[in-house]
Amino acid sequence: MADTKIVTPKEGALERSWNWLTETQVWKSVFRHNAPITDRNRVLVVLSNVFLHLHPVRLRKSGVRLRYTWCMGGLSFFLFLSLTFTGVLLMFYYRPTLEYAYTDIVGLREHVPLGIMREMHRWGGHAMVVTVWLHMFRVFMTGSYKPPREFNWNVGVIMLVLTLLLSFTGYLLPWDQLAIWAITVGSNMARATPFMGAEGPGSALLMLGDVRLIHAADDARFALLGGTFVGEGALLRFYVLHCVGLPLAIAVLMAVHFWRVRKDGGISGPA
Amino acid sequence: MADEPNAPVEGAPASKGPPAKPVQPAVPPNLAGKTTSVAAAPRRPPAKKKKVVDDTSPLLSRRSWLGLAWGSFTAASATALAATGRFMFPNVLNEPPQQFKIGFPDEYAPGVDERWKDRFGIWIVRTPSDIVQEAAGFYALLTACTHLGCTPNWLSAELKFKCPCHGSGFRPTGVNFEGPAPRPLERARIVLAEDGQILVDKARKFQFELGQWADPESFLRL
Repeated sequence: MADTKIVTPKEGALERSWNWLTETQVWKSVFRHNAPITDRNRVLVVLSNVFLHLHPVRLRKSGVRLRYTWCMGGLSFFLFLSLTFTGVLLMFYYRPTLEYAYTDIVGLREHVPLGIMREMHRWGGHAMVVTVWLHMFRVFMTGSYKPPREFNWNVGVIMLVLTLLLSFTGYLLPWDQLAIWAITVGSNMARATPFMGAEGPGSALLMLGDVRLIHAADDARFALLGGTFVGEGALLRFYVLHCVGLPLAIAVLMAVHFWRVRKDGGISGPA
Repeated sequence: MADEPNAPVEGAPASKGPPAKPVQPAVPPNLAGKTTSVAAAPRRPPAKKKKVVDDTSPLLSRRSWLGLAWGSFTAASATALAATGRFMFPNVLNEPPQQFKIGFPDEYAPGVDERWKDRFGIWIVRTPSDIVQEAAGFYALLTACTHLGCTPNWLSAELKFKCPCHGSGFRPTGVNFEGPAPRPLERARIVLAEDGQILVDKARKFQFELGQWADPESFLRL
């Protein structure tokens, strides 16, 4: 062993293989810079990584003060990610049809290992509504909606609405009595939409001769339900909105929201 | 790590060992009275690594705390990954049964019977004399072509099964005689149930080319 050719006699097999590994092209493509132990390397590592660069290289000290931010924005984002993950898993078992929707939900508890996956999605959804509200409350109480952040406040308001709509659409999917009647009541509100709802103010003015243009089969509520009552069309429509439409919209707005935070000077702190 | 800054420069690996105990506790002047560990244990040998000046935690050093945190995070992630993998394998399957009763023997006329083709994927054939068993009775042919798995049609005028995909042809016995199919159709287990009905079990298959059609359960003698 002493006679074999080794580059440095002190190197063991472990160190040699480590050295070999860190010299491979794959390794160097993933880790393009040295360990982030100097300020310069820290910047290089963060800025050359698509995930890390979403977060700033440096923060104000108040940015990590829990008593100021409550971390509610971060928690909302974390919940959104975990809801996306568990939601995709649920989609492997759930079929949005009158015949299968309810039994698939029961099956997710009874027939599938780790039946808590659906509960994680359900409670995660409730929690996200709470954290988004608390986030807005904190932003309001610290006055962080004021210029230059007033645009981002409005983006946040839209995302609050989208969060509530995600919660609302997801509520129908178990297709039990609670879900059907809750959506029946909720969607009845759309009847009263001004002009666009069959019973809303102004809709009676939209006449062509003696033909009503807005009636129960073409008003805002019909567009929501895909029918005149909460049935198969509503289930499928809410499913597509819940799994594809609303998550896409809120993901785009999140990108805008996070980018705007950076452009407006980072996480707001005490004046 | 390879670039450990305080790796010994001289000495073979065998000579590595605990460093000799120094007599005096060496407290760097800039840390005197600032770190709890040095103050609490004055007889300890000097730490090999320099302590961070603002690391004043009495329980865990910054390094052990980070190790613990990353370890827990890794363990939690691994558990979640394993749980996700397990989630993809349900405990209950909603698939059609592989074993079913198809009525009493006297409900079947001689020849190929197609009544269970769509529902269970089998033909029931009643024959006066089987080519292998050389007796009268029943066998159940699976409706999957042995070429690429299409479902052949029974052509009663020509007394053959003809696959519409690539033209393979099979005799009523299931033996292939034309087209690309490399071997005869497979037979399923067929026995009499306790109540006298015919019981077919698709989970057990018999292949002619392996000599399995001689198995008593591949053929129901009458």
